[in-house]
Amino acid sequence: MTLGIVRASVLYADKGPKIPDFGKTSDCVKNNGSFCWAWFRHNWSSQFEPRLWEHIELTVVSVGVGFVIAFVLALLAYRARWLAGPVTFVTSVLYTIPSLAAFLILVPITGLGRMTLYIPLTSYTLLILFTNTLAGLTGVPDEIKDAARGNGLTPMQSLWQVELPLAIPTIMAGVRVAVVTIVSLATIAAAVEPVGLGERIFDALNKGNFHTQFIAAGVLCVLLALVADGLLVLLQRVVTPWTRARRTR
Amino acid sequence: MNDFVRAFHFVGDYWSHHLLGSNHSLADLTVQHLVLSLKAMVIAVVIGVPLGMLLGHIHRFSFIAINVSNLGRALPSLGIIAILLPYTGISETTVIIALVVLAAPPILTNTYVAIEQVEVGTVDAARGLGMRPWEVLVKVELPLALPLIFAGIRTSTVFVVATATLSGFFGGGGLGDVIANPASFGTYGVIGASYVLIVLAILSQIVFLTIEYAVTPRALRRPLRWAIRRAPRARNVEADPTRTHPGSGAGADDHPDDPNRQLQLEQGSKIE
Repeated sequence: MTLGIVRASVLYADKGPKIPDFGKTSDCVKNNGSFCWAWFRHNWSSQFEPRLWEHIELTVVSVGVGFVIAFVLALLAYRARWLAGPVTFVTSVLYTIPSLAAFLILVPITGLGRMTLYIPLTSYTLLILFTNTLAGLTGVPDEIKDAARGNGLTPMQSLWQVELPLAIPTIMAGVRVAVVTIVSLATIAAAVEPVGLGERIFDALNKGNFHTQFIAAGVLCVLLALVADGLLVLLQRVVTPWTRARRTR
Repeated sequence: MNDFVRAFHFVGDYWSHHLLGSNHSLADLTVQHLVLSLKAMVIAVVIGVPLGMLLGHIHRFSFIAINVSNLGRALPSLGIIAILLPYTGISETTVIIALVVLAAPPILTNTYVAIEQVEVGTVDAARGLGMRPWEVLVKVELPLALPLIFAGIRTSTVFVVATATLSGFFGGGGLGDVIANPASFGTYGVIGASYVLIVLAILSQIVFLTIEYAVTPRALRRPLRWAIRRAPRARNVEADPTRTHPGSGAGADDHPDDPNRQLQLEQGSKIE
């Protein structure tokens, strides 16, 4: 276990300034106080902001790509129901692979690079996005589909104008879970490559358990997940005004 | 690709022999992993089930009970561990707290939904038989809710067994010791320990599916499925479209014998 940390510290050796700098910093940092605001404010733009953006990038790209793949698979499985079983099986197996292992396994194959992180992160979104998209579509009552057909809509029109909009709440529920899951797993990605907010956490571990850095990085992770979740709830309300109408009735 | 084969040899070689630079074998680490997961699960169940039962029984605070699950899922485990580290240090406690934060919300929400959705008529009948409120809860609502409660515990267990790997970085022991340490054990060692972890995850699924099946009242039993069950929230949301169009929800129930409807239900249940 200690060797793992040594290895990580070698990886991170020349990244960023050494902190805490015991020579000229405040008493709070010297004594490893519970949270040094001044230090955090001073280092926010150099150490935390870039990592936060990396974290957002990892999440958005993984969920975005995962959504496109899962959406296409769900549409296919909606037309050919026999596909649902095999796709669920494969994505479940992918989902079962421990994240840390998935990152490490890919290092010899794809090398140290973003692709090594994107492949597992994307594959973790597939199960939930596929399941929810398909559940949303199959959950549309037959009567509504009949009504759409009765109004002269072609199957394609019915899918895009009636069935998919009605599936949005379930699909969005899946997207929310996928996003917060990936925000969480992206922190673990830092064990393999110094990227995202997780890098700050492992870095603090290497620097003699620097408390301020632990708390700052941890709180940023949690806030990122909560804010992302909240924004998606807002987005869902905007794109599905009819669900809100039901609530106020 | 060779590493994937070598990993099997690694598991074979070190399952009962001590790992290099350690006085634990893979079997020891597996047991540690299970014990760590079990501790977290017991705490999570002790918190989640009674609270969910209470809230479900009094039919209040549904907003909290349902959204706590979303909130809990949104909290990154590593972030929680980082926030806790200054207070609880690099220890098993830190990891267990983070695992409980992960595991308790789905259990609470599932228990709440399970108790809450017991039919009013059933509860009224129980009251009519002269049962006291706690008797209604324990003798009527709880048995009907057990399958869904165990589904929640199963979901949490899968999360916990996977996330307990993080303890490799934070001194909690378990399979994470190997998985977080490719420098000592090589990629094949990491893969080997992951094989063990995957087997653990699948076995825990099977165990809980069996329990779920066993506690389901006979009349309500459906064929065993191994896939992950959709969260109750997803089912509620899925019900939304039917409610937005008055009459359509009732229409579905008007023709329970409609063969197309039956077919759709069966196909729908497969993907859960």
